[in-house]
Amino acid sequence: MTGFDVDKIRQDFPILAEKIRNKPLVYLDNAATCHKPQTVIDSIVHLYSHDYANVHRGVHTLSVRSTDLFESARTKVKDFINARSDKEIIFVKGATEAINLVAQTYGKANIQKGDEIIITAMEHHSNIVPWQMLCEQTGAILKVAPINLQGELIYEEFEKLLNAKTKLVSVVHMSNALGTINPVKQIIATAHAKNIPVLLDGAQAIPHMTVDVQELDCDFYVFSGHKLYGPTGVGVLYGKQALLEAMPPYQGGGDMIRKVTFAETEYNTLPYKFEAGTPDIAGVIGLGAAIDYLNTIGMDNIAAHEAELLAYATEKALAIKGLRIIGEAEHKGAILSFVLDKIHPHDIGTMLDSLGIAIRAGHHCAMPVMDFYEVPATARASFAMYNTKAEIDVLMNGITSLIEVFG
Amino acid sequence: MFDDLRDLYQEVIFDHNRNPRNFRVMESADRKVEGFNPLCGDRLTLFLKINGDVIEEASFQGSGCAISTASVSLMTEIIKGKTEAEAEELFKQFHEMTTGKDEHFNLEAIGKLAVLAGVREYPARVKCATLAWHTLDAALKNEQQSISTE
Repeated sequence: MTGFDVDKIRQDFPILAEKIRNKPLVYLDNAATCHKPQTVIDSIVHLYSHDYANVHRGVHTLSVRSTDLFESARTKVKDFINARSDKEIIFVKGATEAINLVAQTYGKANIQKGDEIIITAMEHHSNIVPWQMLCEQTGAILKVAPINLQGELIYEEFEKLLNAKTKLVSVVHMSNALGTINPVKQIIATAHAKNIPVLLDGAQAIPHMTVDVQELDCDFYVFSGHKLYGPTGVGVLYGKQALLEAMPPYQGGGDMIRKVTFAETEYNTLPYKFEAGTPDIAGVIGLGAAIDYLNTIGMDNIAAHEAELLAYATEKALAIKGLRIIGEAEHKGAILSFVLDKIHPHDIGTMLDSLGIAIRAGHHCAMPVMDFYEVPATARASFAMYNTKAEIDVLMNGITSLIEVFG
Repeated sequence: MFDDLRDLYQEVIFDHNRNPRNFRVMESADRKVEGFNPLCGDRLTLFLKINGDVIEEASFQGSGCAISTASVSLMTEIIKGKTEAEAEELFKQFHEMTTGKDEHFNLEAIGKLAVLAGVREYPARVKCATLAWHTLDAALKNEQQSISTE
């Protein structure tokens, strides 16, 4: 890890200096959303203070400045995930909207009654419900590839589900509830051998590893900006250009048209065809600033640091009597989901909060995963580049103490 | 270590969490209603035996956090022997205690339910305490479908 300095990184994130209930904040809810470096905050303040106007519209100076900043953020995203062209980068509200967009455009155009869509048993609700809605609209069938007790996809079962009726595979790159990193390259190769396109839900994966959409050869990749150290309200749909070209538009409105008469409308070219209305200009520019920041740190350095944190946390957690880790995949990202004997995750969450520790307690928008493990909820500590082993010690001491209090 | 939480997690709550009272299925129940808090996954089934307008017996099954388990456990104790109207009044008082803006709830009427007053300082946990009572409310109104606090 050349030049990775966690103390220096921490200084870039102003919120990490906050005191929660008079104690230093230990923020371990990064899978829900992560915090923003000063450069991202500054980029938004600077935009509104100096460069802001609507994009793609005016000839005036501010509109040109805003448009340049906005479109250069698109190029940053393109480079960050190694897409071929800016035309393949569609700005949306978040990963959820991106999946809904694909379901309602690609899905409606290509998926018919009796066709099958494959997901896995570890999906977030956002990669379940849009497909259920599409199935309801079209009469298609949603099939779910099972997982084992470690929280890994059972590959043979997944393969068995692929057949001539399968029109799309939509799988999570990294599970938000379990931390599992799926063998996505293999999944894509298997599906492509049968001419089935693959969507990857990258909401969790993207802040933790290098994502190269050309190397993966995925057909769609979706993620949210706010989990990538960027602002809320912006996300990205990557799609292969040929697929996006052939898809009907998602929403109608300004910016997505070339020519409108009352008789007919001619749609704009990519990527604007899918970006109706004034976009989240500040969000997109903030996301560009987040990517700039990440590039200075290096995704591989971040991955190495987080792998160390996860290994440390897992070892400490396993030493706590009555603690059970939910999700023990061999290939796993920086997420530690756990349950404690006879102590509900919400009690764990409140007790840890009183110590300044933020974790998530609940079903993580993955109720089917909770059902699979027969737990109502789990507690989840999720790590980011700015977390430290000292913070994991604070967490583990907190868990040990609350177990004592509950008796 | 958890001094700040003493108002929320009183010893009575730990006690009812460890040993919930009236924790059983009631085969002869007149009313059976399910309560669910989708946010945290708390789930309970409330059973009531009603004679005339008096709640003769109350029991529950389910799983939840310490606050919700203690709340339903305490509730089944306190409503036993009460008329339906009295139980409804208790629901109102409890609701006022946990969510009201001032502390004008009737402390005398609420009795040992007062140990749950601490949740008002924890907005994220109020629903844990009130799930039992919303379920009771549905049971008293004879609504058979499952109810949710969301």
